[in-house]
Amino acid sequence: MINARGLTRSFKIKRKTVEAVRGLDIDVEPGQLVAFLGPNGAGKSTSLRMLTTLLPPTSGTATVAGCDIATDPEGVRARIGYVGQRSGAGENLRVRDELANQGRCYGMAGAPARRRADEVLESLDLAPLAQRKPGTLSGGQRRRLDIALGLVHRPPLLFLDEPTTGLDPHSRASVWEHILRLRERHGTTLFLTTHYLEEADTMAERVVVIDEGRVIADGTADRLKSDLAGDRISLVPRDGADITAVADTAARMFGAHEVTAGSGGRIEARVPRAETALPELLRVLEADGVETAAATTSRPTLDDVFLALTGRSLVEGEPAEGAAL
Amino acid sequence: MNGSPNGGAAPAEPRPTTGGSFLHDTWTVFLREVTPVVREPLGLAFSMVQPLLFLFLFGPLLGGAGGFAGGQSPWQWFVPGILVMLCLFGPMMSGYTLLVELLGGSLERMLVSPLNRTAMLIGRTLKESAVLAVQAVLIVALAVPLGFEPHWLGALAGTALLTVFGVGLGALSFVLAMASQPDGELFYGVTQMLLFPLLLLSGVLLPLDHGPVWLQAAAAVNPVSYVAEAARALFAGSFTEAAVLHGASAAAAVALAGLVLGTRRMRRGAR
Repeated sequence: MINARGLTRSFKIKRKTVEAVRGLDIDVEPGQLVAFLGPNGAGKSTSLRMLTTLLPPTSGTATVAGCDIATDPEGVRARIGYVGQRSGAGENLRVRDELANQGRCYGMAGAPARRRADEVLESLDLAPLAQRKPGTLSGGQRRRLDIALGLVHRPPLLFLDEPTTGLDPHSRASVWEHILRLRERHGTTLFLTTHYLEEADTMAERVVVIDEGRVIADGTADRLKSDLAGDRISLVPRDGADITAVADTAARMFGAHEVTAGSGGRIEARVPRAETALPELLRVLEADGVETAAATTSRPTLDDVFLALTGRSLVEGEPAEGAAL
Repeated sequence: MNGSPNGGAAPAEPRPTTGGSFLHDTWTVFLREVTPVVREPLGLAFSMVQPLLFLFLFGPLLGGAGGFAGGQSPWQWFVPGILVMLCLFGPMMSGYTLLVELLGGSLERMLVSPLNRTAMLIGRTLKESAVLAVQAVLIVALAVPLGFEPHWLGALAGTALLTVFGVGLGALSFVLAMASQPDGELFYGVTQMLLFPLLLLSGVLLPLDHGPVWLQAAAAVNPVSYVAEAARALFAGSFTEAAVLHGASAAAAVALAGLVLGTRRMRRGAR
């Protein structure tokens, strides 16, 4: 569905060349749900804009839905849907009018376009809002309208640029419900960007992590976590125990660079499989005569993956250290 | 576009694999632009407030100003000027609506569709010219009871001339709007800087014949003043005056420049 090779894009900003995307290679199979994950400015939107023919690449090639983005942009446009970061509905038009016009933009005649508008209104639970203007809709309703606009021509491939950014949890859930239903019913290939970690984690079957214009990881969320971050063990020895001795023991077992001393006398270790590593550690410590006050294990988050890859946290404003639990 | 229904569970609606023809696309864009006007025609009256104010609150003052050749009613001179004014304000505003769509996401959405890029410009300017024509008819209809006596065939030709001029100005204002991304400041700056000098130096409000030489020289390089002269001649039924040729050339030149620049800019996309 998508095959990109060496896509790059640079911008000139105040006489300085900024490389927004540096060599994107990606293949997406029909029916996949791919989440493009990365911090702001990582090159997610620029990549999407290239794949959707909005922005010509500086170099590299890509075929999208069977058409080359450089030599046959019209072919690409006819076969894809695009839900941009900003709202796609014009402020002056009523919801149904805009949807019907969108059908005409894809070559439909007036009557079929209006019928199709009613269908998408129905399927995105927007029917009661058909005669309203976008300005009177809530954030979540507006976003559903944007998705409806992207679906009018039944594209086999839909791009969504941050579909849920800025929405409250309830609206986010509703938008996701519709996205997933779409996939279930029509097998639509979905390619979306997000900077919400939980979303990429729970919804996408494939997560592509991008940072500074390059893909730095690609796989299922579970796979990325096991390969790149590992589980976490957190252990608090009983009062009076020799913390450094405990840390040494853990370091001996799991490797020195995997063990850190957390706050409150806590020892933390990163291990491939916490459920087997923890009992082992407890046994060794007991044999050494160290008693344990508390012990927990946790699965890593995608933020841990990002942290392991870049040394930075994806969550804004949060320092890289102390990301435990 | 209605192909044979495809089998299976999918609905029978065909999937369009190509966009429509150029005409279909132009009509689509025109419809999208004109629908809000049809749904709320009051908005049309709203955009006419300024020219109407000049017509009713400024026009009557001209009667006392004197200086109109051949004892002509000042309305013969003033009404075509008001229409030129309409031509300046309307299309400038249309650039503003495009700017809003650029800063929002709706233009981007249309740029991802297979819509013909030239049709995106032509459809929009067509809507501007339709609105201008309707407004011109309304203004003339309101001015007749005041004492305006248009030559009807000339009025038709004059309206056509102004429409061509308006298409050019509208397209130029679209180009300006697209060049003003991402914040739109350039658009506000340039329109503010241009609109009133163009208006005042066109002799639309008062004749420039008695003005100082430098003012007349400035008016001589203002295409709006040629269009205004031509519109006056046409509304009076004097088709053979040299002013008509000059004005028509000025309007055509502006229209051509606008369409060429506009199409080129649309093809390049939103950024």
